[in-house]
Amino acid sequence: MNRSPRTITLRRVVVTGMGALTDLALTAPKTWEAMKEGANGVDTITAFSMPSDWPVRFAGQLKDWDPAPLIDFKEQKRMDRFAMMAIAASDEAVRDCGFDFGTGDPYRHGVMIGSGVGGILSTEESHGKLLQGGVRRVSPFTVPRLMVNAGAGQVSIRFNLRGPNAATATACASSGHAIGAAYHAIQRGDADLILAGGSEAAVGQLCIGTFAAMKALSTRNDEPKLASRPFDKDRDGFVLAEGAAVLVLEDLEHANARGARIYAEVVGYGVCGDAYHIAAPDEQGSGAFMAMKFALRDAQLNTTDVDYINAHGTSTPLGDAAEVASVKRLFGDHAYKLCMSSTKSMTGHGLGAAGGIESIASIMAVVEGVAPPTINLDHPDEGFDLNFAAKTAQERPTRIALNNTFGFGGHNVSLCFARFEG
Amino acid sequence: MPPFTAPAQQGSSVTETEIEAKVLQLVADQLGVPRSEVTRESEFDKLGDSLDKTELMMAFEDAFDVSIPDETAASVQTISDAIVLIREYIPAKQAEV
Repeated sequence: MNRSPRTITLRRVVVTGMGALTDLALTAPKTWEAMKEGANGVDTITAFSMPSDWPVRFAGQLKDWDPAPLIDFKEQKRMDRFAMMAIAASDEAVRDCGFDFGTGDPYRHGVMIGSGVGGILSTEESHGKLLQGGVRRVSPFTVPRLMVNAGAGQVSIRFNLRGPNAATATACASSGHAIGAAYHAIQRGDADLILAGGSEAAVGQLCIGTFAAMKALSTRNDEPKLASRPFDKDRDGFVLAEGAAVLVLEDLEHANARGARIYAEVVGYGVCGDAYHIAAPDEQGSGAFMAMKFALRDAQLNTTDVDYINAHGTSTPLGDAAEVASVKRLFGDHAYKLCMSSTKSMTGHGLGAAGGIESIASIMAVVEGVAPPTINLDHPDEGFDLNFAAKTAQERPTRIALNNTFGFGGHNVSLCFARFEG
Repeated sequence: MPPFTAPAQQGSSVTETEIEAKVLQLVADQLGVPRSEVTRESEFDKLGDSLDKTELMMAFEDAFDVSIPDETAASVQTISDAIVLIREYIPAKQAEV
């Protein structure tokens, strides 16, 4: 059999729908509006009671979210909170894109929804029951709930998506890889429409306790709203947050044929690995540097084309320093002309959902020409002399935006979105 | 279906009617369906999938403080079957105490 290389034409991929649940708001447009206003979703934890000796007692939680209208009682039992949030964000994105997923060939419709820790709340709950009552007390729904791919699976069932279906699990880069994988699949012609993004519902004792144990979280318990302060000299770790965000990625011709509204075009996807440390970047931010470089190469753009970067910017001492260093090194003089902000200053860190939420911010930045702010940035750290849109949003012409996400494990993703110009 | 007749069990303090009422309510609650839609003749296969059935059997065990072996539980097809089983296991449990 002749297996000679084939030449294929890469199709163009556009974003035609968006949905999100964040601690700022329960839809994508409301989340974006809140970001532009510099809102703050972080607060004292209400999801569970915690002793006052816990080192971290705050997080970003969804406010007054009830899955019930969308997911009935019987289905709720089979799903962890993160999967229900994935369905809710997908439902919004699907309605937003205007395509009826009950029509067409379902094998051309796919889903890529990542998560950092999947159904960790269910893992925790079932383990509690196991310790308390033995193996016979463990819910038979535990496995379908805790699987990190349960979000993708449940969304596929809800919308009859029979094409490419997978979940990426690269910690805080999970959404970035999910959107990138969807972009590749549509480019290649493996699918016409893919729901892509991530979901995370990890505000529970196990997750808070274990991240706190590794000293990754801010411990600013007295001032939780000031805790997520990327690039500030007084930053002391990230703030764990819940969230889900889903984009509808679509083949441009498919979108045009149905007269779809197009938000932006996905033009680049750069990935690499650190091969350095399981949870820390190297000081120069080589991973961030290469991921952005590869994204621009894929997009066939120069560094001077970039107007906005939605930073990974988690508010950790090492992570922020590495990212700033990488941007200065890659962009040179242009680093001082572009704007780089961290919307995590407002949302906290949604782990595997972060890349989805922040892709929406990046897309809206090119749609509206607005860079969302980095709130809580009172005193930029030494040498952090870029335009971080400190405290308030900036109106500025924006054609090209990068969205960076980096995950424990040394996973680096940079996505490139372009204003859609036909 | 022939009328259900429970074998006379010595030492059981819970009546057939009490078990039935509790079981039907548990099924309705766990599956989120109106109580009026669940009857003794309802079949587990039609009420939900195998995971629902497993969860329900666990709920019955909790509610009546009995332990029903998996092999025995596997033969249960209708709500009525479950009621009979529970009735059988209650005295056994009490005998142990």
